[in-house]
Amino acid sequence: MAGVGSRSGVSYDARGLVEPHAEMPDNIEVDGGRARFDAADLTIRQINMALRKLIYNDGIVDVTVLNPSSKHSLAVGILKRCRIHFEGSPGWFACGLIDGPEVTINGRVGWSLGENMMSGVVVVERGGGSLTGAAIRGGDLIVKGDVGARTGIDQKGGTIIVMGDVGINTGFMMQRGRQIICGNAGANLGDSMYDGQIYVAGRVSSLGVDCVPGEWTDADAELIERKFRVHGLGKPPQFEKFVCGKQLHNYDSLEPSERKLVI
Amino acid sequence: MCGIAGVIHRDGTADIGAELTAMLQAMKHRGPDSTGYAVYGPADDLVVIRFVLAEPNHSTGFGMEERLARNRMEVEARLAKIGAEVATVTNDTGYAFRATVRYSGELKPLADYLEDVPGCEVLSLGSSLEIIKDMGDASTVSEQYGLGSFRGTHGVGHVRMATESEVDLASAHPYWAYPFADVAVVHNGQLTNYHQWRRRLEQSGHRFQSECDSEIIAVYLAEKMSGGLSLETSMKDSLDDLDGVFTYVCVTGNELGIAKDEMAAKPLVLFESDELVAVATEEVSIRTLVKREVETRDPYEREVLVWQV
Repeated sequence: MAGVGSRSGVSYDARGLVEPHAEMPDNIEVDGGRARFDAADLTIRQINMALRKLIYNDGIVDVTVLNPSSKHSLAVGILKRCRIHFEGSPGWFACGLIDGPEVTINGRVGWSLGENMMSGVVVVERGGGSLTGAAIRGGDLIVKGDVGARTGIDQKGGTIIVMGDVGINTGFMMQRGRQIICGNAGANLGDSMYDGQIYVAGRVSSLGVDCVPGEWTDADAELIERKFRVHGLGKPPQFEKFVCGKQLHNYDSLEPSERKLVI
Repeated sequence: MCGIAGVIHRDGTADIGAELTAMLQAMKHRGPDSTGYAVYGPADDLVVIRFVLAEPNHSTGFGMEERLARNRMEVEARLAKIGAEVATVTNDTGYAFRATVRYSGELKPLADYLEDVPGCEVLSLGSSLEIIKDMGDASTVSEQYGLGSFRGTHGVGHVRMATESEVDLASAHPYWAYPFADVAVVHNGQLTNYHQWRRRLEQSGHRFQSECDSEIIAVYLAEKMSGGLSLETSMKDSLDDLDGVFTYVCVTGNELGIAKDEMAAKPLVLFESDELVAVATEEVSIRTLVKREVETRDPYEREVLVWQV
């Protein structure tokens, strides 16, 4: 069955599973510490194999991937400091679980960009799908266009900056970290959040359960100005701050082990 | 998890059979169990009927060939009896047929009369709509039914991963909005007030081909439109009336519309140009059609968009 569906660059085995195609691509150009290759005719597995070999085995610190063609799960799990450039649009789950890379994407992205990312920087020149920055632990994730619903759901750290609008349930159950939204925010912003800060420059359709306006401090202004300066995003607009009201979850109770010690 | 795709050409006919096949095959990972198409060719005076006389899973066995031949003759006899002049009957597989007839009467009695033949299920009826669906991936179904050469203005497709109903033809999308001509729906999601709406629509005289929740949407919309509402208004009403998480695409003889539920829980990507509108669950599907970097976007929650041919 190999080759079925190859028009899209994706093929499947007889069970309907994605065909592994484990051959290393032969179109990689290396120049010193830099490398580039065209991913148009490569499978997802081949692209990721090439990235890992170049970064981990060959000591390459700067890789350019041409024509990712909206393929899924690219540059996932790279745990080393390096630079990766996508000339085009990756698909879903791009840059998930990364720890260290600086990634630039000269296109848009599908759902779940940078899911569970631990550190590093991801900059997307256009928009993104839903679940952008889901459960990120650290690092900076910047999208210069609009993104879909549930941005930063379950966020545990790091900073998400969206220069456009965000959809419904942004910041749902976020636990730590910051979201800086330059456009409008859909309904239920910060619903059931535990902690963290959400800054919105545009209109907020509605606040979610236990999300309340927060007190603006100098530290907030300093943080936003620094992030905009570092990433070359221009002059930041005026933001409103939203935080957790701390009424929904039981914050004042001690953990069972602590309670035992007190007793 | 399923994958849906739709395409509408604003500047005339194109190879929509081949286009939808490529789009759906790129999303095979979203559902390899069955694949379906609702494609619209040029409308003419003939009524096109797509029907099956057996489930693919039960289309072989002792005496089945004779039974299928007997039932096919019965269908043709009934067509003649109800006043439909048969122009052509072709057989794509042993159990799936395409008939064109000259008929100016009501479609509901025609569909009901045909479905009275044992094993007969009318997949679609209309002047330009043709629903083709079967087990397997898009390439398999397309090859089986010769869809590579189908030319038309618009269409939708669906790849299905069975989660809540059988892997069979009755549960495969698209769904024709029985008994309304030229209306079909593909859906990704789950409807949680399915039984409530099914009872309500059955009491209004509608029948359902399957136990699949998605069929509700097709019949719901068609009933609204038969009451004089536009496709867009009907789809907007559905956002309040249907519960659950869903993204669906509805097609009529000259329109294609998309609707996303209030939670925006199910994905859809949209590409629009002067010549073409393409929608799909994943952008990788659209990229089979437009082989360059394109400006796409994810429609937001409660968005309803309709395009004309």
